[in-house]
Amino acid sequence: MTATVTRVQLCTLADLPTGLGRGFEVGGRPIAVFLGREGQVFAVDGKCPHKSGPLADGMLIGEQVVCPLHAFRFDGNSGACDQESVCGIQAYATEVRDGTVFVTVPLS
Amino acid sequence: MIRALHPQKPKLVVIGNGMAGARLLEDVLACDPSRFDITVFGDEPYGNYNRILLSNVLNGTQDAKEIFLNPLAWYEENGITLHAGKRVTKIDREAKLVYAEDFSVEYDYLVFATGSKPFIPPIPGTPLHGVFAFRTLDDCRNIAEYAKGRKTAVVIGGGLLGLEAAKGLMTHNVEVTVVEMSPWLMSVQLDEAGGKVLGQTIANLGIKARAGTVTKELLGHMNVTGVKFADGSEIPADMVVISAGIRPNSELAKECGITCDKAIVVDDQLRTNDPAVFGVGECVQHNGMIYGLVAPLWEQTKVLAKVLTGADATATYTGSKIATKLKVMGVELASMGRINDLQPTDEVVQFSEPARQVYWKAIIRDGKVSAACLLGDLAPADDLMRLFHAGAPVPDRRLELFFTAGSAKKEVSLADLPDSHQICDCNGVCKGTIVTAIKGGKCTVPAVGKATRAGTGCGSCKTLVKGLIEAVAGGVKADPSESWFVAAVPLDKPSLVAEVKARGLKSVSAVLRELGAGDDEKSRNGLASMLKSIWGTEYIDERDSRFINDRVHANIQKDGTFSVIPRIYGGITTAEDLIKIGHVAKKYAVPMVKFTGGQRIDLLGIRKEDLPGVWADLGMPSGHAYTKALRTVKTCVGSEFCRYGTNDSTGLGIDLEKRFQGFEFPAKVKLAVSGCPRNCAESTVKDVGVIATEGGEWEVSVGGAAGAHVRKTEVLCRVTTKEDALRVIGRFLIYYRDNAKWLERTYDFVPRLGIEKVREIIVNDALGICAALDVEVEKTVAAYVDPWLERDQPVYAGQFEDTKRVPLPVL
Repeated sequence: MTATVTRVQLCTLADLPTGLGRGFEVGGRPIAVFLGREGQVFAVDGKCPHKSGPLADGMLIGEQVVCPLHAFRFDGNSGACDQESVCGIQAYATEVRDGTVFVTVPLS
Repeated sequence: MIRALHPQKPKLVVIGNGMAGARLLEDVLACDPSRFDITVFGDEPYGNYNRILLSNVLNGTQDAKEIFLNPLAWYEENGITLHAGKRVTKIDREAKLVYAEDFSVEYDYLVFATGSKPFIPPIPGTPLHGVFAFRTLDDCRNIAEYAKGRKTAVVIGGGLLGLEAAKGLMTHNVEVTVVEMSPWLMSVQLDEAGGKVLGQTIANLGIKARAGTVTKELLGHMNVTGVKFADGSEIPADMVVISAGIRPNSELAKECGITCDKAIVVDDQLRTNDPAVFGVGECVQHNGMIYGLVAPLWEQTKVLAKVLTGADATATYTGSKIATKLKVMGVELASMGRINDLQPTDEVVQFSEPARQVYWKAIIRDGKVSAACLLGDLAPADDLMRLFHAGAPVPDRRLELFFTAGSAKKEVSLADLPDSHQICDCNGVCKGTIVTAIKGGKCTVPAVGKATRAGTGCGSCKTLVKGLIEAVAGGVKADPSESWFVAAVPLDKPSLVAEVKARGLKSVSAVLRELGAGDDEKSRNGLASMLKSIWGTEYIDERDSRFINDRVHANIQKDGTFSVIPRIYGGITTAEDLIKIGHVAKKYAVPMVKFTGGQRIDLLGIRKEDLPGVWADLGMPSGHAYTKALRTVKTCVGSEFCRYGTNDSTGLGIDLEKRFQGFEFPAKVKLAVSGCPRNCAESTVKDVGVIATEGGEWEVSVGGAAGAHVRKTEVLCRVTTKEDALRVIGRFLIYYRDNAKWLERTYDFVPRLGIEKVREIIVNDALGICAALDVEVEKTVAAYVDPWLERDQPVYAGQFEDTKRVPLPVL
């Protein structure tokens, strides 16, 4: 049986400024990665499903990623949207080991 | 002749192809398009036309062919057999046959829609040439034709139609006299006072009116030459138009034994005494009433169509309330009920304004509007009609019938909107969605906004949302957050500032930690702006409390690119700068170069990683087209080149912009300076507008905008020197910065305080703070740093970096 997910090394923790996002493209997949004020690292889809806003340019409010275009909010852990009519986004598992940030993404 | 192709179906025959007959056909088809084999007889050799517009044909504003409702092809397409110009001569109810001149048609159901004909009073002389009735399309054509070259005309009958005829004749350059038997004009719709107002109004239009005048005889041998009245007087007339009312066409029905009174008698299902024979329109009498307007007629045809097709066999017509709005001869008129049907117990509410020829009267019976007429100004007409039709109780303060309180009016109109009506145009939120949220317990504007996004865009629909909450939930719940500076900290601005200073809170995260009850992006932006103005250089700038625009000093666009607007002071640039901008646009393949509304040049579609390069190549300071700050100072050419300019508007504009550039405010701020009252810089719709006046003064006005709301500025003061203008504007801007709520534009701030209070503080120094405001201006000017200098030294990792590409591991 083949693995369907894989863990990818992204960057160092120092590359992520406190409370702010950075945009990555992991194997062609846009991902927004945020370092929370409490030290957590969130990784979610890079595009807002509403109008494709670049989420890495959004703000992180607590554990919520806020789209910079029209302020739709997505949970950094689950990807769920706070608006009923808008679908949620994919959230990805993250891990910080020895100052290096890893994210687990699907292979396909 | 057009023949239908469905012989087996039940046969519906309609006699009359006017407003009622044709409308009935449409209603029947709408209920069931294939139910009947339909035949219709029309007296006039046309399809049907809109009789209401006949007067337009007479006065030449519409061509005859424009008023046809259904062309002949319509009958064909719908399989209806139309006998146009064929008169029905006899009906055999036993055999169920309708006879025309030379043929007969069978029916299962027969409908009389024979309408009415003009009433020609029995006065001698009516057969003379030049005497016309005013009823049909042919009448209109004949009148217009005959009017050519004539000088005088008399219209007999001062009702609605008579006045329309008079108006039509005026367009043919004929001198018109209207003769009315009743003591005043339009005696059906108006009372005596109203009739007199109308008389004056039409006299001003050049039409003579003789009310209370009985016509005795039309004079002439072959052609009419004059009119003689009962008092023995005579006036000359080259033509006479008779508009003395109508008589229902019920002879045919009478002849075949249908019960008639003043018209064909029908029951609540529009049925005559013969169960297979029906009637609609002006030829029928229902419950003693004959209606001569289209609205009741449409109510009748709708019911009859349901009854005939079986769509609703129990549908009933219970009579109509007559209400109509008319424009007679340029006179606005609304009429409902019977104004002259006054009972001793009725209340009468009246308002008149003779100078404007306005006259309003309402009759209240049992606490409801039973009749009303409005003349000259129809402002209260819609509300009155709504009350009249609904039979709703009138307000306790009767004058509110005419002068409705604004709030009550809003509720009614909001309630009338369909659920699909879009309330929030920014986020596309419909009324139904908002109402659902309110019913789900969201009873404050912010709660509705959170649930639906309504009102969270430009905010201009918030009053509508509030109105909906009032209408649906019965009242907006007291929302303490209204007074808070930002949503995340439950304190108003003065308390917040006091706490921040007392506790020495110098960063947004510190404020949120110690005073916060929540966290959201707008609150953080607001706190950041406030802390910066409180602490100046001591402020701890946390970049995660800045919106992306304020992190990269450019405005994010829909595709994630940014726009760059260099500062161009007062809208004045140089050839060198233009060339530089052109070079930059070329070098970075800028997809769009646009002039903004504030006289700047916008380079759109710049990638984030190109921003530092673009700024460096431009070598110009930031135009602040992103943050809540001073945006532009728009100017006209002023006295430098303009031949009207009275003062140096560009000079003052540039000085203002150089002084206040980079000033941050609770919302964006735009200025303008106009060199003369022609106001080419549109200074009266800016946060601060300056207009040079003849005599060398500057008029400073504040609180305007042409954004989501349009508001004209209010004059703050006049000053004589440029220095005075700079000083008073600086004071106003700082006072606004320090006292407005977050995101509160000056056009909300100034009216909230009142311009007099603003003037007392800023101009007359009533609070004794002007010196402190001046100091604050200097401090803020000195603190200005061009944010575009961050190009050389990014403040945090990846500030201007592109998305980082990471390959997947190869398995």
